[in-house]
Amino acid sequence: MKAFTVSKAVTALMLAGLVLLPLYSQLSGNIFILTLFTRIVILALAAASLNLIMGFGGMMSFGHAAYLGIGGYAVGMLAQEGVGSGFIQFPVALAASAAYALVIGALSLRTRGVYFIMITLAFAQMAYYVASGLARYGGDDGLTIYNRSDFSGLINLSNRTQFYYLCLACLFGVILLIWRIVNSRFGLVVQGLRSNEQRMQAIGFPAKRYQLVCFVISGTMCGLAGALLANNTDFVSPAVMYWTRSGDLMVMVILGGMGTLFGPIVGAVVFLLLEEFLSQITEYWALIMGPLLLLIVLFGRGGIMGMLGRPGRG
Amino acid sequence: MLLVVEQFLNGLQFGLLLFLLAAGLTLVFGIMDLVNLAHGSLYMMGAYFAATFAAWTGSFLLGALLALGATLILGIVLEMSAIRHLYGRDHVDHVLATFGLILFFNEAVRLIWGPAGLALPLPAWLTVPVPILPGIHYPAYRLAIIVVALLVALLLYLGVMRTRIGMLIRAGASNREMIGALGINIKLLYTLVFGLGAALAGLAGLMQAPILTVQIGMGENILILAFVIIVIGGIGSIRGAFLAAIFVGMIDTLGRAFLPNLLRQVLSGAAASTAAPALSSMLIYLLMAIVLVVRPEGLFPANRR
Repeated sequence: MKAFTVSKAVTALMLAGLVLLPLYSQLSGNIFILTLFTRIVILALAAASLNLIMGFGGMMSFGHAAYLGIGGYAVGMLAQEGVGSGFIQFPVALAASAAYALVIGALSLRTRGVYFIMITLAFAQMAYYVASGLARYGGDDGLTIYNRSDFSGLINLSNRTQFYYLCLACLFGVILLIWRIVNSRFGLVVQGLRSNEQRMQAIGFPAKRYQLVCFVISGTMCGLAGALLANNTDFVSPAVMYWTRSGDLMVMVILGGMGTLFGPIVGAVVFLLLEEFLSQITEYWALIMGPLLLLIVLFGRGGIMGMLGRPGRG
Repeated sequence: MLLVVEQFLNGLQFGLLLFLLAAGLTLVFGIMDLVNLAHGSLYMMGAYFAATFAAWTGSFLLGALLALGATLILGIVLEMSAIRHLYGRDHVDHVLATFGLILFFNEAVRLIWGPAGLALPLPAWLTVPVPILPGIHYPAYRLAIIVVALLVALLLYLGVMRTRIGMLIRAGASNREMIGALGINIKLLYTLVFGLGAALAGLAGLMQAPILTVQIGMGENILILAFVIIVIGGIGSIRGAFLAAIFVGMIDTLGRAFLPNLLRQVLSGAAASTAAPALSSMLIYLLMAIVLVVRPEGLFPANRR
């Protein structure tokens, strides 16, 4: 019981840190840390969306980066065509991601296990190649976004602090939504399907329909992360959708603790800070990062949240 | 006509190369139930070893042989140090751990060989065009790849289906405890299978090396292709991997060669030249999607369980 409060304390501390970060950045004059954490918060949002289907639903999507790209390209392409309003860009980004998730989910959910991992991967690669072929929107080289989404004075995305808080608000909103979903009747059915699909089906739940809805919600959330990411980098390219990016997201989820509410945030913070920290020590940071991941898998079952919460295991 | 024959052979050659990669992947998956993302790294290491050893010895063949041995040893060391601890774990654990290995190998290569790619020049006797049909010549090296890969495929088939080791491997795939109870050293068997898979990946890498530049991350794109193949063919099935690999190699090569022209007949020039590259890269993923929708277990599921 005592250990359980440790993971709660760490979570609370981390959340407080995230909220107070702009203050620290201003006081210390360290602008870089705000930029870094904006990126971390956005990718934490993407990881949380993946965790919804992976951790709670047992659906191992290896193509989640596709939604990052689709959300990003929705913003980039509209900006390119002269539609700068965020009130149009963001809904389009969400709708496009949802539509893609609906089609991909309906096809992928016919398979299971490793086949599911691989087919989601294949569909993401298809999106990657489509984006590479978009000559009008930069093709392989990607698309520069000259103006960030315009929310007509309501919030200014070019202001670092405001943009950071927008991203953080989106992250908290998504976490709240996931919490509501997981504890709803719908969420319980999806989690039941993870443990025993046959039994749930025998009770009379249309398994695939539940899983598909969950899949679409997750994809839409990740599309939101994509739209924010494009605004953060002022740039979107096919590389956002490359399969190793999906791997990164998966790593964040597993590292932090699959199936825990705040695990993906912990995972994203630790993974990206580690990357930043190690790359400052040595150019060859991945030489340490790689084996570290291996060790975490071997000895740290349940991720960081699992290690904090259940010290007796692993 | 000439172009068609040539592209057909190119497709066959690419397909056979993919088979070598996919065979190792499907063996390891089918027998040890291990998803090995780092398989592409072994392919890359094979290419780097070959380029290095060929430069040292001054002989292409000697370099290739040494590289083959080196990837075999690397595979065995990798299995004993890391992979061994992953058996019986969740597939997610495999994905994460072997993803870490990819990072490690890419960085290790950057550290040892530097960020620039290497070239593996062919000896003169492999660069001559060989007449295959009256009036049609084909590069000797590509023919050599076809011959070597077919031989390996045959040996693999005979080895798995007709020898005692092959029988043990197949038995181990269906019931690990039972084969262990019969007094067979299952640990050693697994190590050997993983080493064999690594050597196959290394062979594919070193044979591809003279055609492409040897570079960091070269295994990642082709690894996805290999996964597509084993999924289309049915995971764990060597026969499925073989047929699917040839199929994918053909579709990919022929698609790239002829799709632009085909599209130009239907679409306007500008639209066709925009759509063709994307569409031809997508073809095999489309194929995989269609196969999985029709037969979720792949075309030739291994008949176990």
